[in-house]
Amino acid sequence: MNGPGKMGLYLGLLVAALVIPQIPVLQPYLIQFAFLWVMILFAMTWDIMGGQMGYNSFGNIVFFGVGMYATAVVQRDLYFTVEEYAEVAGGEQAALTVAEYLTGLGLGMATGAVLAVLIAAVLGSGILGLRGHYFAICTLGLGIAAGELASGWDYIGAGSGLVTPLLPDELGERGPFFYYVFLVLAVITFTVLKRLYAGQFGLAINAIRDDEDKAEALGLHATRYKTVAWCVSGFFLALTGGVFGNLVIFIDPTDVAFAGPTFGVWMVLMAILGGKGTLWGPVIGATVFHVTQEFFWTYLFGWQRVALGLLIVVVVVFFPLGIVGWLRERWPQRFGEVVDEEARRVQVSLEGER
Amino acid sequence: MGNLEILLQAPIFSVQLLIDGLLVGSIFALAAYGMALLWGVMNIINISQGDYVILGGYVTLTLYNAGIHPLFGVPVAAVVLFFVGWAIYRMVIFRVVDRDLFISILATFGISILLQQLMDQIFGADIQSAESGLGTLFLFDNQVTVGQIKLVAFAVVVVVGVALVLFFKKSRMGQAIRATAQNARAARLMGINTDRVYAMTFAMNAAICGAAGALVVMTWVIQPFIGLAYTIRSFMIVVVAGLGNIAGVVAAALGLGAAEQFAAFLLGAEFQIGFVFGLLVVILLLRNMVLKRQRQVLK
Repeated sequence: MNGPGKMGLYLGLLVAALVIPQIPVLQPYLIQFAFLWVMILFAMTWDIMGGQMGYNSFGNIVFFGVGMYATAVVQRDLYFTVEEYAEVAGGEQAALTVAEYLTGLGLGMATGAVLAVLIAAVLGSGILGLRGHYFAICTLGLGIAAGELASGWDYIGAGSGLVTPLLPDELGERGPFFYYVFLVLAVITFTVLKRLYAGQFGLAINAIRDDEDKAEALGLHATRYKTVAWCVSGFFLALTGGVFGNLVIFIDPTDVAFAGPTFGVWMVLMAILGGKGTLWGPVIGATVFHVTQEFFWTYLFGWQRVALGLLIVVVVVFFPLGIVGWLRERWPQRFGEVVDEEARRVQVSLEGER
Repeated sequence: MGNLEILLQAPIFSVQLLIDGLLVGSIFALAAYGMALLWGVMNIINISQGDYVILGGYVTLTLYNAGIHPLFGVPVAAVVLFFVGWAIYRMVIFRVVDRDLFISILATFGISILLQQLMDQIFGADIQSAESGLGTLFLFDNQVTVGQIKLVAFAVVVVVGVALVLFFKKSRMGQAIRATAQNARAARLMGINTDRVYAMTFAMNAAICGAAGALVVMTWVIQPFIGLAYTIRSFMIVVVAGLGNIAGVVAAALGLGAAEQFAAFLLGAEFQIGFVFGLLVVILLLRNMVLKRQRQVLK
């Protein structure tokens, strides 16, 4: 696709995304659309590590939870003492003015993002010195450990969870407000990632994915790049988590904040389904997954999680390229790749011999 | 940390914890041995390892509910899991053996979720265990109690372990597996059917885990979602011991078992799983620090 066409596509999508809340038929489903943006954010942030860098991270959900809790705690402590809040939260929720609410939300998200980046930097500089499989197993335990910790920590509500302040009436309905917040967040994340992938950083992490030893031998500080990549991923996830806590109002430590079996697994699946290591793959994967989930999965009556495991196996084993990856292999020219027919024939014949 | 004082004033408690820990650790050794086997022979890190353990536990539990003594569950679970493992290899794993670790980790991750959720649907999410009906031993003036079933379990682990070592030393299949682990390509050239060897290895690993699971359900409890903890434990043990080091695996497993018991006593039982995961992070960080001394990059 050429430059102006691409520009038109981006603009068209953006306009469509902005118009959705204005369409009366769709208005009851705006929360669902807001969830769609969250899913896209999940997939995009997982893909930084999993797709572009070739490092499985099963514990990214930690950043989501950290951001969510940090935001909620800041919102709570900024205008209330803990006792007051417990009282209010028992009956009706605390009423805040618009300015108070937005300040709390903004400050909380910033705190959460900083915390997440710190965690990623400290843990990452240690664990990411090792190769991929050690990192993968390590992150596997991380999400669960965080969930256990949150369930036992009284300051953040322990197992009974935490309630976030209600959206002030002046800001309108929950649906449109959070739809726009997540839309902005998703667009910013997409733009930042697009720029990152196009530059030196993208080349470096792709080199790590392709052959880490060679990349290091060429003088690349692999651990440093890996840590930064994890920090970027954590940063955006923490922001997402902060807003998400306000969207769902009630934060449960294991079912919402550190929800490994649902969100944590979905982000892996969505990114691979759409095509890991591509810019649009995670977006498409998340959209396909969310839409089909809404339409069909509810009819599986509890078996949907079994189907989820099955789906991961099938996608990983039989369809590892994902939707975009498959399209790209099918029509490479469309993706701006120059194909040397001669070299391609040689490659195909070599693959046939194996 | 209030319990530390109890431990200092009554040292006999630490004997209790130590015995419990060592006996539990012997079961970890079985699962870890299976993981080292897969890792060494097929270069697969099996995230679904712990779920085979739990599945073996549920097989035993089903027998127990049908009125059969759970000790018979050990061979039955091993046989059932052997076929489950074989089927999983034939359906999924053989497609990912030759591919990179990224794919095989994700594939076994998917299998792990699939098994967890299946067990949740079929057996329910409750914590369950099978009562063996064996008595309890009292030692040191009744200050230390040891369930006899734990001793039986320990004996079973020893028998299974010896049988496995003999299998790998003496039998043709065991030799073929070791040859494939050393060099799969050379083994193939020497006429070994490596595909069969891989299938056998994977199925055997599942069987070992199944036997371990039968012991777990008798001495401890099972629940559909705690399989992951066994995967982590096995991985940790193998990382500490190194591949192909049986004595190391046993020592690390016993040590982990004891450490967990002490941690659970000192920090409170609810933090035991958290301790396992925390320990994993610490071990990996330490390993990285040790390895870092030997690494150099351009400044």
